Amino acid sequence: MSNTHLELSQVSIDFPTPSGPFRALNKVNLKIDQGEFVSLIGHSGCGKSTVLNIVAGLHQATEGGILLDGREVNEPGPERAVVFQNHSLLPWLTTYQNVELAVKQVFRGQKSRREMREWIEYNLDLVHMTHALDKRPDEISGGMKQRVGIARALAMQPKVLLMDEPFGALDALTRAHLQDSLMEIQAQLGNTVIMITHDVDEAVLLSDRIVMMTNGPAATIGEVLDVNLSRPRNRIALADDTDYNHLRSQVLTFLYEKQRKVEPINPKKANEQQKKAEVA
Amino acid sequence: MSAALATLNRINPARWTVTVWRDLALKLTFPALGLALFLGFWHLGAQQINTSLGTFPGPAEVYSQWTNLVDEHRQEKAREAEFYQRQQERNAQRLAADPNAEVRWRDFNGRPTFFSQIRTSLWTVMAGFGLATVIAIPAGIIIGLNQNVYRAVNPIIQVFKPVSPLAWLPLVTLVVSAVYVSDDPMFSRSFLVSMITVTLCSLWPTLINTTVGVNSVSKDLLNVSQVLRLNWFTHVRRIIIPSAIPMMFTGLRLSLGIAWMVLIAAEMLAQNPGLGKFVWDEFQNGSSDSLGRICVAVLVIGFIGYLLDRAMLALQGWVNWDKTAVMR
Repeated sequence: MSNTHLELSQVSIDFPTPSGPFRALNKVNLKIDQGEFVSLIGHSGCGKSTVLNIVAGLHQATEGGILLDGREVNEPGPERAVVFQNHSLLPWLTTYQNVELAVKQVFRGQKSRREMREWIEYNLDLVHMTHALDKRPDEISGGMKQRVGIARALAMQPKVLLMDEPFGALDALTRAHLQDSLMEIQAQLGNTVIMITHDVDEAVLLSDRIVMMTNGPAATIGEVLDVNLSRPRNRIALADDTDYNHLRSQVLTFLYEKQRKVEPINPKKANEQQKKAEVA
Repeated sequence: MSAALATLNRINPARWTVTVWRDLALKLTFPALGLALFLGFWHLGAQQINTSLGTFPGPAEVYSQWTNLVDEHRQEKAREAEFYQRQQERNAQRLAADPNAEVRWRDFNGRPTFFSQIRTSLWTVMAGFGLATVIAIPAGIIIGLNQNVYRAVNPIIQVFKPVSPLAWLPLVTLVVSAVYVSDDPMFSRSFLVSMITVTLCSLWPTLINTTVGVNSVSKDLLNVSQVLRLNWFTHVRRIIIPSAIPMMFTGLRLSLGIAWMVLIAAEMLAQNPGLGKFVWDEFQNGSSDSLGRICVAVLVIGFIGYLLDRAMLALQGWVNWDKTAVMR
């Protein structure tokens, strides 16, 4: 209990719709320790991103709340930096300037100009992007953009790093590279991380704990799986590891058996069938 | 360095391949063909039209009127130079005879030539368009940032947007006459009336496009701004304005086009000594040269409008961060 860094307590959220409030999340409870890497996994539409946005302060919980180091948070701030799925770099600024914007905002009055420059370069070096300091986002590849996005978030020196499917839009090879980079950085800095993913391998490879969410509406936490694999982890060595494969199959079982999501191929037809079934 | 070499290669005819030549030929042939056809139809068509001022001028007649206008301008400039020289000599003589003599320095009061009228028109349109921009961009940012302000203002914008300059002009004339009363006016009334009419008509595209640009800033970037806790001013300067710049320039280009069109009409009625007044005076004058001179004015008006649009495009290319944006 003393170790709890971030606590989600009875978090529920309703979205207003024309036919009354829609409960997207119902009573999500989660405690995260300092330096822990937690993945949120679940089918699309289950409210993973909503959980993250509530922690980030971009959404307000209807009930319950978030405690960070014992203090309630209800607005966005740089101590909960977000890495967005589609990088969200400002397209008119260079790599360096994108990170600089964050650094200037967070460390104004605390760091001298030189210290800021060193800090920006240090963070870009962490993600191996010092070769493209003066490139604009449209001049670098998708993986590089995401690296800069991570550098920007790290440069805010956040208490919690929030990652919203950070590698979801990347090809498999680039994704693997970035996962390795992320593990390296994590080993070095020991950040507290919440990452959303729908990739089972990614979740098992990177996390200390995997939080599996049930399907919406009124989604909540279904199961929590501890990943006790030793670090540093190597994706090739783990491929044949029995523990790894066991964990992997546990997540798969949850997703595809316990929480199987049946998406109708033709929604209209499916609705009609459902109505017929109800009538019968 | 390699970029410079590449440019050198591109402009070195010795290295041009057949494709480059063919490309260039195609690029030049068709515009030339279009122009030739246009001049041909104009020449033949003009002969068929008989007006009360004689036959409609063809390309040759219009060209000779153009040279006339250039000559008139040169003569007027020469007269002006002579006038000032004479004045200088006269005053120098008088001062030499009596150092305490009161000498008067008069401004040359010649007829405005075609080219000084062009200058007046450009100055008026720039003043009106500048004023419109200074109003429209900040207003557009404020309207775009707040949905309720947008709801409040939008109906008003939609009603005023389609109003013709000819409808504004009498109102502007009366208001300027009533409000701008000065013994030593800095601006002539006709200038103010034309300028304000241009402003009133060219305001709207910039205003609307800025509003839309500000309103459609990507949600992701707004989230970034929130996470960074940017204050309002920084948020507008670092996120909103750069995002909206492409839309702003779309609006500015439309506005400048409208401003130039409106200006000619406004100058005709307000008697501001610019191109509009030139056309009107030639029309009233009704000499056998008038139609040709009006045709010259039409072509010059069109050409200047084109140059203004290109200048705006160049400015956009310079200011806009998105260098890949297609500009035409």
